[in-house]
Amino acid sequence: MQFEVDISKTVGDSRRRFTLAVRFATRGPRTIVYGPSGAGKSMLLQVLAGLKRPDRGQLRFGDETLFDAARGIEVPARARRFGYVFQDYALFPQLSVRQNIAFGLSDGLRNPTAHVDHKAVNRWLAAFELDGVAAQKPHELSGGQRQRTALARALVNAPRALLLDEPFAALDPELRARMRHEMERLLDEVNIPMVMITHDPEDLRWFGADAIHLRDGALETPPPRPSVVVTPFERARG
Amino acid sequence: MLSLDPAWPALALSLKVATWATLLNAVLGVAAGYALARARFPGRELCDALLTLPLVLPPTVLGYYLLVLVGRQGPLGAWLKDSFGVSLIFTWQGAVLAATVVAFPLVLKSARAAFESVEPQFEQAARVLGLGEWGVFFRVTLPLAWRGILAGLLLTFARALGEFGATLMVAGSIPGRTQTLSVAVYEAVQAGQDATANLLVAITSVTCVAVLLTVGRLAPGRVAPKAV
Repeated sequence: MQFEVDISKTVGDSRRRFTLAVRFATRGPRTIVYGPSGAGKSMLLQVLAGLKRPDRGQLRFGDETLFDAARGIEVPARARRFGYVFQDYALFPQLSVRQNIAFGLSDGLRNPTAHVDHKAVNRWLAAFELDGVAAQKPHELSGGQRQRTALARALVNAPRALLLDEPFAALDPELRARMRHEMERLLDEVNIPMVMITHDPEDLRWFGADAIHLRDGALETPPPRPSVVVTPFERARG
Repeated sequence: MLSLDPAWPALALSLKVATWATLLNAVLGVAAGYALARARFPGRELCDALLTLPLVLPPTVLGYYLLVLVGRQGPLGAWLKDSFGVSLIFTWQGAVLAATVVAFPLVLKSARAAFESVEPQFEQAARVLGLGEWGVFFRVTLPLAWRGILAGLLLTFARALGEFGATLMVAGSIPGRTQTLSVAVYEAVQAGQDATANLLVAITSVTCVAVLLTVGRLAPGRVAPKAV
């Protein structure tokens, strides 16, 4: 399953305006969108998720058209079934870890109860070692626990793809390295396409098999390889 | 000799009127506050200004507007009379209408501020997790905004409890039927019944202080928790 993207979107007013205009198709299962802040990375990810509507163009995932301005097609975010991890996680502050993870299991008008017991919830609580903090609120968690809760919440519904917005930016450097490891393992395990946006060259080195470089809302020819140092160790890891 | 006869019916009526006005505003004020906080349309601030007008207009002016609107000759009054045989003038329901309109801006303002303080990212997170717009509202937006809204509703209750000018214009002062607490105070003072007036004033003051203390406990601190 790959994304085929050909969209443009302009935001702002007459004084300050920004245009995102990109055309690309993802190749492998892991795609890094890399660029400085203000390049339009978040906007691109929100377009993929259906949280922002492009002005024109089309967007396909596999053989499904998610958006087509000319034909008036727009699959709403809630029907796209993508897992999305926000940069600061956007965990619901009034809900416990367990309730946060169970949130997407029902689309009704009531939040899951504190004792919600569901196979998928229990599975991810265990997989991410969150059992011990299942009843706690997000503000009581460590940075790593928050990130894992956000990932579990995104994965509980078996999404078709995982969209990650700077998933490591909010962590301190030591934790960052560990979470990259965990993410790597997780991606192997869930085996769904992943699009990660980042401004951190380290993420690019780690996950960047297929990287899209974004600057000022447009694709940039990737800089020559030397700026991306691949150590023999990592090459061996594949 | 204490003459308390008018006090208790007046208090009961005031509580009834204030409760109804608060319930109505819990729907109308919250809906309008949400619309002003989230919807983008031209004239939004003008809309906000017009809806806030009851806060600054003299209550008697407001009462006059309401009389013109729902009186027998008024467009709304004539329609109510023709369709349902209902007249609001000189009824306790008329007092509810007056109190609702007068207190409406208090809910509107607090609800709008409360909704605006909810980070849109929480709502977006709910959407990508499969929720429709009603689900987003009831499971994310409202739970994160309820403190501010509740504070506004308590202020509404206090304001409705003390409503005088517009109520007198629309509902009049029929003891036991439309004479609310604050109107009864006026009547008691006019009639020289100081003991009754003192009691009524004490009841009103205590109620309002209790409401303000409750609001004070709700309002500061974490009105809407930030993203973590």
